[in-house]
Amino acid sequence: MSSHYEAPIRKPLIIGDKNYHDVTVDVARPVEGRANKQWWIAFAISLTAFLWGVASVAYTVGHGIGTWGSNKTVGWAWDITNFVWWVGIGHAGTLISAVLLLFRQKWRMAINRSAEAMTIFSVVQAAMFPVFHMGRPWLAFYVMPIPNQYGSLWVNFNSPLLWDVFAISTYLSVSLVFWWTGLLPDFAMLRDRAITPFTKRVYSILSFGWSGRAKDWQRFEEVSLVLAGLATPLVLSVHTIVSFDFATSVIPGWHTTILPPYFVAGAIFSGFAMVNTLLIIMRKVSNLEAYITIQHIELMNIVIMITGSIVGVAYITELFVAWYSGVEYEQYAFLNRATGPYWWSYWLMMTCNVISPQVMWFKKIRTSITVSFVISLVVNVGMWFERFVIIVTSLHRDYLPSSWTMFQPTWVDAGFYIGTIGFFFVLFLLYSRSFPVIAQAEVKSIMKTSSETYKKLHAAHAHDDHSHSEHNHH
Amino acid sequence: MSNKVLHVLYNDDDILMDAVKKTRAAHHHIEEVFTPFPVHGLDKAMGLAPTRLAICAFIYGLVGLSVATSMMYYIMIVDWPQDIGGKPSFAYYMNMPAFVPVMFEMTVFFAAHLMVITFYMRSRLWPFKQAENPDVRTTDDHFLMEVPVHGDENELVSFFQQTGAVEVKVIEKH
Repeated sequence: MSSHYEAPIRKPLIIGDKNYHDVTVDVARPVEGRANKQWWIAFAISLTAFLWGVASVAYTVGHGIGTWGSNKTVGWAWDITNFVWWVGIGHAGTLISAVLLLFRQKWRMAINRSAEAMTIFSVVQAAMFPVFHMGRPWLAFYVMPIPNQYGSLWVNFNSPLLWDVFAISTYLSVSLVFWWTGLLPDFAMLRDRAITPFTKRVYSILSFGWSGRAKDWQRFEEVSLVLAGLATPLVLSVHTIVSFDFATSVIPGWHTTILPPYFVAGAIFSGFAMVNTLLIIMRKVSNLEAYITIQHIELMNIVIMITGSIVGVAYITELFVAWYSGVEYEQYAFLNRATGPYWWSYWLMMTCNVISPQVMWFKKIRTSITVSFVISLVVNVGMWFERFVIIVTSLHRDYLPSSWTMFQPTWVDAGFYIGTIGFFFVLFLLYSRSFPVIAQAEVKSIMKTSSETYKKLHAAHAHDDHSHSEHNHH
Repeated sequence: MSNKVLHVLYNDDDILMDAVKKTRAAHHHIEEVFTPFPVHGLDKAMGLAPTRLAICAFIYGLVGLSVATSMMYYIMIVDWPQDIGGKPSFAYYMNMPAFVPVMFEMTVFFAAHLMVITFYMRSRLWPFKQAENPDVRTTDDHFLMEVPVHGDENELVSFFQQTGAVEVKVIEKH
């Protein structure tokens, strides 16, 4: 056991007297059991919201985007706000599975599966906005550089909106294969436990015939590491490219070089908040408190605090540069944010994003599940308003005062947004009942270093080290 | 000659590692090891050659970069060198900064997907593939070492029983 040494200062990541089989049983339980009443209620609500969203989208496509609150001046409003919000939420999944893997953070193992699921489901939501905010979404395939009978007529690779197409589709597809490859050993575990022929068949297909050979594991780990190495710059580039939609423009309030890192920080900030929201519920309803511990929540809160502080610094930097620039349009853009007709959204954003994460400095607060849950919701509200403020307040008052106007959303704007929230939860609820929500193969690999049982065993060994020294060296 | 193999089952990764080392030291050939999770150092202990998937990924990335560059060079500079918003389309390098995002994304896209496909092909994994682990417990909490039987069977069985195995089975393989 000497090869499993870990500093005693590190707290256990797996609580209770668990062995390998217990992990299997705990992870398989929500999948093998039946859904309870609360699940069906949550599912029904989500499905209703989703169907309202479908109706709103159908209405938009049938009648045109004039059914939205956007106007000639404010051409982008809730559509792109929601798009950026959903993409941002998706980023934490990749951060947890890729960046924390590169940094060898063992605490990621209990949360990476759900975080990646969250990534995929939220990028799916995000991807709907670029399509349905088009005036003619049935011509959306024109964004692809496909040879055609118009001569061939190509696309223009100067536009960040085209970069978005490449970024989002690469991000979604790479995240999907990363997630799925990691799922293979866990689906194999469910397959080998299946009792009914139907579940046996389903998990046989899903697990791609994974058999867990030594060579398979060697390749599996290399693939995971290289994918993590690719996903890390990918995740940074995707939100950077999303930020280019604004940063490469000439609009005061948008044209800033700070946007790429600031958007990425905001994405991590809001994404971790969403992971926190979901996992606080999931650990309770799926009885996974032994794996998603208070320490996991505390560490996520620390990430939220750090990225929230980065976002805070970015806000101050923007304000400083606006003042320092001497450009009156830029100065007015920020004056308008703070004191204009949308002052309430700016101050709501400031309160939610700058003040709320700072309470995490107090250990009592960041280790409280209730407070963490509330803060995580507050952060997501704040981050929605951040995108709203950047987009709408910069557009509704810019160069020509004769073009100044206001923006008012309609029920169709709201319906589409609520529909994506519904769709997200439909997918997430189905996932939580049919997928292994914890990467059990990975959790088992840290049992000997990080579980409470083995930590106690190590402590006992350390006391009579001399008598056991022979046993320790193999 | 009969095709007998031993299925030696362990219920602990440390005991498995010791057993693999002892088996190698005793010059018994290890046909295969099935484990429920990645046991670090097992491939080295078994003497498996390192995987070259990372090298593949690097080459695939270069392919992606070349595809992106040649595509945008042809479309933006050769085929329709139009003036779109005053961007200089006289040579690739002149408008290169605008092409960087797509060059980057396609490098990642090719490297990631082609490497994953290579992995699935090399490890023979696909949706309707039948699982080949000989014991269902190997995806839960058991570790299985498969050793071909040569010479004295009883001697081999007792050798493995002494390695801490929880079960040693002689299997007739077809």
